[in-house]
Amino acid sequence: MCDFHISRRGFLKSAGAAAAISTLPVSMVELAFAEPEKNFTFAYISDSHIQEIEGAKFVRNWDRGLIRAVAETNLLNPKPDFVVFGGDLAQLGKKSELDHGAEMLAKLNYDVHCVMGEHDYYLDLGKYWSELYGPHYYSWDHKGVHFITLNSVLTYDEWTHERWPTEMQRMIEMAGLDNPNGSPFMVGDKQREWLAKDLSKVKTDTPIVLFSHSPIQKIYKGWNFWTEDAEQIQELLQPFDNATVIYGHVHQIQYNQIGNISFHAVMATAWPWPYPETYAQAEQHMPKLTVPMNRADPFFERDATGWQLIDLNSGRVAMRYNLYNNTNRTVKYNPATNQPEDEAYQQPESRVAPQIHY
Amino acid sequence: MRKRTLTISVGLLAVVCALVFVNIRVSRADEFTKEDLDRWNAEYMSVVKQGRELWTSGTLGTNGVACAQCHPNGANTHPETYPKFQQQLGRVVPLRDMINWCLQNPLEGKALEANDPKMVAIEAYLSYERRGVPIDPGKH
Repeated sequence: MCDFHISRRGFLKSAGAAAAISTLPVSMVELAFAEPEKNFTFAYISDSHIQEIEGAKFVRNWDRGLIRAVAETNLLNPKPDFVVFGGDLAQLGKKSELDHGAEMLAKLNYDVHCVMGEHDYYLDLGKYWSELYGPHYYSWDHKGVHFITLNSVLTYDEWTHERWPTEMQRMIEMAGLDNPNGSPFMVGDKQREWLAKDLSKVKTDTPIVLFSHSPIQKIYKGWNFWTEDAEQIQELLQPFDNATVIYGHVHQIQYNQIGNISFHAVMATAWPWPYPETYAQAEQHMPKLTVPMNRADPFFERDATGWQLIDLNSGRVAMRYNLYNNTNRTVKYNPATNQPEDEAYQQPESRVAPQIHY
Repeated sequence: MRKRTLTISVGLLAVVCALVFVNIRVSRADEFTKEDLDRWNAEYMSVVKQGRELWTSGTLGTNGVACAQCHPNGANTHPETYPKFQQQLGRVVPLRDMINWCLQNPLEGKALEANDPKMVAIEAYLSYERRGVPIDPGKH
């Protein structure tokens, strides 16, 4: 396992007004291997929702979230191998928003792999996003791990192409998380065929890490904490000894284990979302394994937002959540129980009052 | 003479008032029909609908941010727990004080008066989304 910390000296130097910073929260992902020299890490930033007010004016709060995550990620030592941005860079998919977000992301001193979010997609169906970040789905290999990125926010053709009078109307309808006019996310036939073909070339003992914007599991349909064809994608991943899905969209800590597949959600840099169980009318299926994040205190603008450092150990993910106004958390695969577990809070008796949501 | 007429008039008026009052009580006060209930509910739901529109609209504040961006379906607002001690404000407050706090801070807008129809609509919407949950004032 890698021991990560932000270089304080570097931070002080570049931050200038660092006097107010007493702790330096970071969340990261580590992939560690049986042979420690194979371990590596990458950072994960997601859901920045850069929102244009008018002209060159953007919502300050969301800007600050992304600026902070980028600045802190740049100060990681040792350096992560790359950064993933998990989708929803923009709020309404506008060129101005994507450009403003891309300008901030460009300050990262690492290679960045981007995932498509619904807020990036539904204005022009990902056209401008592609000019900035390339294909909507792709795979690559890195230090013995097979990485895959999917566009999991597609939906029915009729909804996408026929229902709305304008592109902006379509975007707004999908942007409202709780909007009953929305439509369930899906990966779709074309990408699933591509995925099956892509995986057919990979040995089953190769660790797989798949990035998507929506959960490739069904938690709560009303807020699209959901992917319609989740089971079909899980089926493609189950033959592998060790697969992990990392997703954004939910703006909160979630984790789960289904067969050989571990699931981890990442924090947003913009704002946190309630757990579906807090909506009294919801029929929801939050993974029982998940120990929730602390309830957000709205008086702290960045509370319950953050970013992650991920360690890959033996191809298994240790998710290090960097939580600005809370104690940082690590959710790590436990080989004894064959599931991800929180290092501090997993046992019911070790949980704290703010983790109770109602 | 004049005094007597006045006394009779007042007496008659009192009798008429009493009759009217009794009449209303007997024929109206505890009688309402399914049509009445439907109408009252429709009135309430029309205000809930206005509240939902305000909740999801980017026009309440000045920066285009909508309440629903952080609180889908009004979740995590806990209307059943107010009034309660709001530790960040250091006093017991009604829910509307927290609504106004959000209007002024994340939405960068202005507070609403307690009797502003917009505030009433937002409160009606939040309570509606929380229907079925027992009231639990003071809960954290």
